[in-house]
Amino acid sequence: MDSKNLALIVRRHILNMVNNSGGSHIASSLSIVDIVTTLYSSVIHYDINNPYCENRDRFILSKGHACAPVYATLAELGFFSISDLELYGRNNSVLMNHISHKVPGVEFSTGALGHGLPFGVGKSMAAKKLNKSWRTYVLLSDGELDEGSNWEAFMFAAHHKLKNLTAIIDYNKLQSLDTVEKTLNLEPLIDKFESFGWNVTIIDGHDHENLALELNKTHDYKPRVIIAHTTKGKGVSFMENKVEWHYKTPNKEELEIALQEQKM
Amino acid sequence: MRNTFIEELVDLARVNKKIALIVGDLGYKVVESFAEEFPDRFINAGVAEQNMTGLAAGMASEGFHVFTYSIANFPTYRCAEQIRNDIDYHNLPVTIVSVGGGLSYGNLGYSHHAVQDYALIRSMPNMLIASPGDPMETRACIRYLVNNPQPSYLRLGKAGEPNFHKEVPKVEPGFFLKVSEVGLIDKCIISTGATLGLAHEWSQHQDFKDYTIYSMPLWGMKYKNFQENKLKQYASVMTLEDHLFDGGFGSWMLESVYRNINKAITLNCKALSSDICGMVGSQEFLNRIGGIKP
Repeated sequence: MDSKNLALIVRRHILNMVNNSGGSHIASSLSIVDIVTTLYSSVIHYDINNPYCENRDRFILSKGHACAPVYATLAELGFFSISDLELYGRNNSVLMNHISHKVPGVEFSTGALGHGLPFGVGKSMAAKKLNKSWRTYVLLSDGELDEGSNWEAFMFAAHHKLKNLTAIIDYNKLQSLDTVEKTLNLEPLIDKFESFGWNVTIIDGHDHENLALELNKTHDYKPRVIIAHTTKGKGVSFMENKVEWHYKTPNKEELEIALQEQKM
Repeated sequence: MRNTFIEELVDLARVNKKIALIVGDLGYKVVESFAEEFPDRFINAGVAEQNMTGLAAGMASEGFHVFTYSIANFPTYRCAEQIRNDIDYHNLPVTIVSVGGGLSYGNLGYSHHAVQDYALIRSMPNMLIASPGDPMETRACIRYLVNNPQPSYLRLGKAGEPNFHKEVPKVEPGFFLKVSEVGLIDKCIISTGATLGLAHEWSQHQDFKDYTIYSMPLWGMKYKNFQENKLKQYASVMTLEDHLFDGGFGSWMLESVYRNINKAITLNCKALSSDICGMVGSQEFLNRIGGIKP
């Protein structure tokens, strides 16, 4: 399926899943829909019949609270039944509200921030040592960069020239209580990554063509970081750039309006 | 113990090509033999324990059995959440190795006193604690862990501990390993970790004279439930550890018999008093102040 069509369907799923479960993090989820669907449509090698086949690429969602688009994408691709998405956030469901390795196709459970990159660095290091050609992709949030463990991992990955590793920063500039700028300013972010020895690319995180192009690139010896400028709540007019939609569940009325906005 | 550890690990790594060692910039005059023989499987992660532990979990998820190595509380408390979420929850074969268990680094201050590590590790459902009592048990534990890769914590003393076994014993998680050849049938001391030497001292003490000495080098949450059956065989049991009482080995044993709280199992838990927190001194001095050395 074309990644833009997939993104449209995934956004609808997310809205229904969060509404259904009374969950939160809807804006964080909408923020990364285009990145996740592009990755699975045009970048990542996978096999739905053998989700853990050795030569697959490894995708790790470090901002585990935004798991809904990953579940929805995996279901649409056939890793598990689309109807299972109704189990999102239900009692004893494997589709828990932070990403779970118990879901077919998911590599790693996160939820506490600052864990995905060190783990991805380990995978990438293993691939290098075992001479494997598969790649590791780790998607992080901007607020998550406050965690020191990430910077330990950034330093380590560059030192060990993990060119098979790509980190993607969902730079929507809004974190849990306020803007990134007012919470802990990340700027100058490009300079930070470059000084840590990474190959840096800046991109519009909702532009599928450029995402596909950049996510498929590799560097000769450096790990790559894609700073994806995004809009938190992307695709739902009243959720965009609003802190409260980090937490709120859309009611029936809001859900209807949001679903109506999902058109090509 | 630390020298035995590296000797044994090098021996096993010659056969098992998936064994990797990641150190947190520690291990001077200890880890060199591994690093020189297996440079592709040795990493110095730098002074960055959170990344070291996440990295280890990532490599373990791709088939390596990773040993992380540091001292005292650095490979445990600094990266507690990585152990909990990345290793234990995902059930990955990472063995966290800490040298300097208990008060081995007594003079170096509170930062270096590993006296709460059992409490942290034994609260995690998949973690196996390996706390050998002498170099022979150290070999036995490492062999067990390599043959049974799983989330695990290997707690070592420092160097120069005497051997209490004549050969490498057979070890199983949660089992009492007999150490003294003779002793009372119905009274025993059960020690975990490097306090095995102190257990011999206690067995000379008038209150615990001739108690049979056992060691429990492998234990953890999964193995608690069947302790009660073993304990029932004794009229009096003393547990011994160089860890605070709270969350330690003795309290683990007590939890195993809580259903029999009114029955006749007498458990005497020798564990460190919190009086030693913040004190410095030799290991011997602090162990005496802490109440675990007669």
